Amino acid sequence: MDRAEVDAKIREIAEPFNKKGVTITEETSFQNDLEFDSLTVMDFVAEIEDEFDIIISMNQQAEIEKYGQLVDAVTKMQAD
Amino acid sequence: MSEGISQPDQPQALEGHAGDKDLFSKFDDIIAMRQGLLDSGVEDPFNLVMEKVLSPTRAICNGRETILLGTYNYMGMTFDPDVVEAGKQALADFGSGTTGSRVLNGTYQGHKDVEEALKDFYDMDHAMVFSTGYQANLGIISTIAGKGDYIVLDIDSHASIWDGCAMGNAEVVPFKHNDIEAMEKRLRRIPEDAGKLVILEGVYSMLGDIAPLKEMVAVAKKYGAMVLVDEAHSMGFIGENGRGVVESAGVIDDVDFIIGTFSKSVGTVGGFCVSNHPKFDIMRLVCRPYVFTASLPPSVVATACTSIRKLMHGSNKRAHLWENSKNLHKGLKDLGFQLGTDEPQSAIIAVIMPDLQQGAAMWEALIKNGLYVNLARPPATPANMTLLRCSLCAEHSEEEVGEILEIFEKAGKAVGII
Repeated sequence: MDRAEVDAKIREIAEPFNKKGVTITEETSFQNDLEFDSLTVMDFVAEIEDEFDIIISMNQQAEIEKYGQLVDAVTKMQAD
Repeated sequence: MSEGISQPDQPQALEGHAGDKDLFSKFDDIIAMRQGLLDSGVEDPFNLVMEKVLSPTRAICNGRETILLGTYNYMGMTFDPDVVEAGKQALADFGSGTTGSRVLNGTYQGHKDVEEALKDFYDMDHAMVFSTGYQANLGIISTIAGKGDYIVLDIDSHASIWDGCAMGNAEVVPFKHNDIEAMEKRLRRIPEDAGKLVILEGVYSMLGDIAPLKEMVAVAKKYGAMVLVDEAHSMGFIGENGRGVVESAGVIDDVDFIIGTFSKSVGTVGGFCVSNHPKFDIMRLVCRPYVFTASLPPSVVATACTSIRKLMHGSNKRAHLWENSKNLHKGLKDLGFQLGTDEPQSAIIAVIMPDLQQGAAMWEALIKNGLYVNLARPPATPANMTLLRCSLCAEHSEEEVGEILEIFEKAGKAVGII
């Protein structure tokens, strides 16, 4: 899957978690803009992991603040 | 999850602040939350003083005689005459403290004796005693799972488990609470040659629910993971010999490490790990939270040793505690309270409150009527619930459980929850 396809898939997964209907860009922050709490993060990450059959450990999550970084990370992981 | 009063068990990233602020600015939100609660006029739930302790189930709290229903003193050993006598004798014979690490001058006969008692209690080859239960998890987890290893753990794990994970630098992979399938999916995706540790708890202390250990331990073994189970809230009570949910689920021989504490059923303070691993003893040299702290005082290990040996013969008390748990669960359910589990699964009964304000009001109404329970509030709780956690004691009489239910009924009606 290329980056655009990964992006589209993650946007689809993020939709129900985006309660305030924030417009998601590469720069959107999960904590500050989307206001995800730790439980939301767990559910959101679990869906992405299941979709792409990957693991995003909490250590890796700590490096991901913005939407664009997540798409980059997932694109790389699912290609490996 | 458990003792976190005002913070989640899982460490959270703190936001940075700029400008005229200092290092304490990061606590402004929690300071405001606490102030808001106190300004509403309720008695401070986190500033209770027990002026006098009358028994394992009664104390004078803020000037009132109070039934204790939130102390984790499951087996009521704190005033056992043999236990108290052993402590007095050790204090007289060995002094007030060891002033040293277990690996230097801090191992007395009593420390060896309590480790022997644990080996007998669990029928295991090795036992290692730490100064607290928190340090037992911190030490074992951070030492065995290091950089490049993977830890798969339940999202509702206790703070000491999360902190052990963080300290060891392993890759941390949480799964949804008690979800066997979610756990298996994560194990399946870990590189086959990586070191794997699965961490579970027998009883989860927030809702008092137990883990499906039979299935989970089998899955962990299928993927070649080592298994550590924290049995802090089940020792002395669950399983034929009180060895915990691992015993009642029939998987005690398949788990690699059991972590436990002396601060609940045993009735003092301290933590431990028991294991059958042939190389386990090396932990004493490489585990920093074991090495770099003073050992427990002689009186503490003497009381723990006596208590553990008595718990081996505690089947009558265990049966009575189950009765108490069943009676309280049924009584609260009949009164119309919403509970954490449909059936009583442990000695913890969690009463779910509609929100923090009503939870705090209910806690205050209970304490003013002479009943102490734990108030647990977000973000320390699963799904951000506000809970009144009740932990029963084998020394609560049937009449006392009746009295507890009357106080709950009175307070619940006054606050308008039932």
